[in-house]
Amino acid sequence: MADFSPERVGIVTESTGNEVLRIEHLHKEFEGNVILKDLNLTVRKGEVIVVIGPSGCGKSTLLRCVNALEDIQGGQILLDGRPVHSGAKDITLMRQKIGMVFQSYDLFPHKTIIQNVTLAPCKVQKRPRAEAEQEALELLERVGLADRRDDYPRQLSGGQKQRVAIVRALCMHPEILLLDEITAALDPEMVHEVLDVVLSLARSGSTMLIVTHEMAFARAIADRVLFIDEGEIVEESTDPKEFFTKPETPRAQAFLKTFDYE
Amino acid sequence: MQSLGIDVLFKGTNFLRLLEGLWVAVRISLISVAISIVLGILVGILMTSRNMAVKAIFRVYLEIVRIMPQMVLLFIVYFGTTRVFGWDLEAETAAIIVFVFWGTAEMGDLVRGALISIPKIQYESAAALGMSRGMAFRYVILPQTIRRLIPLSINLITRMIKTTSLVMMIGIVEVLKVGQQIIEANRKVSPNAAFGVFAVIFLMYFLICWPVSRLAVWLEKKWA
Ligand SMILES: Nc1ncnc2c1ncn2[C@@H]1O[C@H](COP(=O)(O)OP(=O)(O)OP(=O)(O)O)[C@@H](O)[C@H]1O
Ligand SMILES: [Mg+2]
Repeated sequence: MADFSPERVGIVTESTGNEVLRIEHLHKEFEGNVILKDLNLTVRKGEVIVVIGPSGCGKSTLLRCVNALEDIQGGQILLDGRPVHSGAKDITLMRQKIGMVFQSYDLFPHKTIIQNVTLAPCKVQKRPRAEAEQEALELLERVGLADRRDDYPRQLSGGQKQRVAIVRALCMHPEILLLDEITAALDPEMVHEVLDVVLSLARSGSTMLIVTHEMAFARAIADRVLFIDEGEIVEESTDPKEFFTKPETPRAQAFLKTFDYE
Repeated sequence: MQSLGIDVLFKGTNFLRLLEGLWVAVRISLISVAISIVLGILVGILMTSRNMAVKAIFRVYLEIVRIMPQMVLLFIVYFGTTRVFGWDLEAETAAIIVFVFWGTAEMGDLVRGALISIPKIQYESAAALGMSRGMAFRYVILPQTIRRLIPLSINLITRMIKTTSLVMMIGIVEVLKVGQQIIEANRKVSPNAAFGVFAVIFLMYFLICWPVSRLAVWLEKKWA
């Protein structure tokens, strides 16, 4: 696969130590229902963290809190030591440093592929169109979609759309990428082409926080695995192989069992 | 062979009068449509408001417009209000008031529908890319809303053009009325004039509304 080295891809990290994201005592409720309880997490530069857990345990909510798509009821989220908060004045600036890809790709249907990718770089970051387009094309080339630049999203398959969505996020030069079950809506034969892109991003040093139900992928890519249940980190492991073969907690054991068919 | 009664149109200024009548109908609808679009966009945005009172008021307004025959509205405004309030209202002004009252409600509902049909995740994708609310609205939400809106509002426009035929009921001499006058005047000499004249009027309405509705179909396909 293509070269996704940080310089090429443009993932930039400021030199404030190697800590990118810090979540402290995060508390999240929806109308009185506690979704995340006193959650703490530190993500260092270049680290790939995979979050797994049963449906409804709060994985998506966690990612959405990180870029303030959800407001939080307690604790704080720091990116490069600066708080990320939905009401903050600099929230649009902070969000530019946090790339996010959703399960349902959510490209802009009225814009072509190249316009989807360059819209935010041109309008938000005010970069020159030619420069943004050139970078967009290079990145599209790397995911094998440069020839689709003038197509509309509806002309692409799910897997292709998801690769465009990844490129769209990368083009903003984020410091960290949040991926929320980006293959969950895809037909099985398309899962691979998307996960390959993510794998090569990981190899080239991108910092990522990934929610997935693809256990083999999680095991292959994770530097650290977090198992969340009922809004809490139940088990955390820096040895994915160990975790996936012999989880320590009964809850993680029970969860991983549901993926066995033997 | 029986005469089709088209010949009466070539007598004197008859055809010209018919065209003048058509212009009256088109003028009333153009003015009403233009005002309705502007007010409709405002009303549509207000209708998406979370304020229950605002919502309820527009709901009632829309229902009134939907259940009241346009003819009744015309009578109320032209004959009713002029009596009660004693003001002097020209028939054409009364017609425009009624059409705007109707068009604004329908247009507002179309705008509301288009706005809420844009999935929430489109706002979120834009926000996640660092766009402000204004940017997201301008570059992401509004273009999609307009695309959904244009074909629908064109259908509303053709409906409004057609409905202008009612304004003769409050004494406006538009194309249909002119047609009736021509037929009346020639009843003796050309008893079949009714066929010829109404057929030509049909053609005139067709020539105006057909391109407009084709445009809607074309845009709908293009932006599907
Ligand atoms: N906008 C909302 N309003 C109220 N409750 C919500 C909202 N969004 C999520 N929840 C609730 O929060 C809990 C966590 O949801 P979340 O989507 O984070 O789960 P998840 O771990 O991502 O699940 P899945 O694996 O199915 O995607 C669920 O119980 C869900 O019903
Ligand atoms: Mg989820």
